[in-house]
Amino acid sequence: MAINWFKYSAPTTFYGLAGKLIPWFALSAAILFAIGLYIGFVVAPVDAQQGEFYRIIFIHVPSSIISMFLYLIMAGYAALGLIFNTRLSAMMATAIAPTGALFAFISLWTGALWGKPMWGAWWVWDARLTSELILLFLYLGYIALHASIDDPRRADRASALLAIVGSVNVPIIYFSVQWWNTLHQGSTIKFTGTSMHIAMQQAMFTMLAACWLYAIAVVLARVRSIILEREKHTLWISELPEVKG
Amino acid sequence: MSGLDIWMREHTLAYIWLGSYAVALLIFAIEIAMVIHKRKITLQQVRLMRDAEDEAGDEK
Repeated sequence: MAINWFKYSAPTTFYGLAGKLIPWFALSAAILFAIGLYIGFVVAPVDAQQGEFYRIIFIHVPSSIISMFLYLIMAGYAALGLIFNTRLSAMMATAIAPTGALFAFISLWTGALWGKPMWGAWWVWDARLTSELILLFLYLGYIALHASIDDPRRADRASALLAIVGSVNVPIIYFSVQWWNTLHQGSTIKFTGTSMHIAMQQAMFTMLAACWLYAIAVVLARVRSIILEREKHTLWISELPEVKG
Repeated sequence: MSGLDIWMREHTLAYIWLGSYAVALLIFAIEIAMVIHKRKITLQQVRLMRDAEDEAGDEK
């Protein structure tokens, strides 16, 4: 039996689907967080050069990756909303922005905590760090611009342009360690392989999966509120069991 | 070396846990609370609007 996925591009059907998916994503995220933290702090060995301090990477690397990917997904949804004028795309972009901003903040915060014992400084104006800080400002700019315009459709269009233009920053973040002579280390995990211990890899990828599932759960929960708010004048909203109360 | 530098080297795991993981988990908890609060408020607004519309319909 073929599933018509396009029907879930309408807020009416997506609202129910999101409601069913949230508990599964949230539960899986909680389990994977517990497993990832266990492997990261109990199973993974101490690093020969960095000692225990390297364990910050199990939250730093996943949050950095997710902050970049969420921006691209947000810009993609914003572009879809701008080009095809689809309601749900703009709502999804709006729902992603706060979570993306928080992951960018966690990335910068944990990076500073790692930098102090390793480099002797909380912050340096390194290309990788600076471009990640710009990413945080882009998220905040998107949120502020969207909130400053009363008409939601106009707000969607204006902030979509910012999201699309800002997406040029994501490849700059990723390639910054290759393009410039940075203090930040290059990629440890490459397509050609890695020198990381297997337990370190397991902890990092488990935490990455946990962060992804958490981000999906929280974005779906937020988009449901946005759908409720924007579609409140429609009949289907007034017939929802939670609205009838 | 400052007091913090000495402390972080003597209590490395506490520094990592409190500084990064506890902060990250706190941020996640605040975000979840905000999302739940937003849903409650939005549902309340929608219910109020629906009740007002029903009352207006009854008066007509």
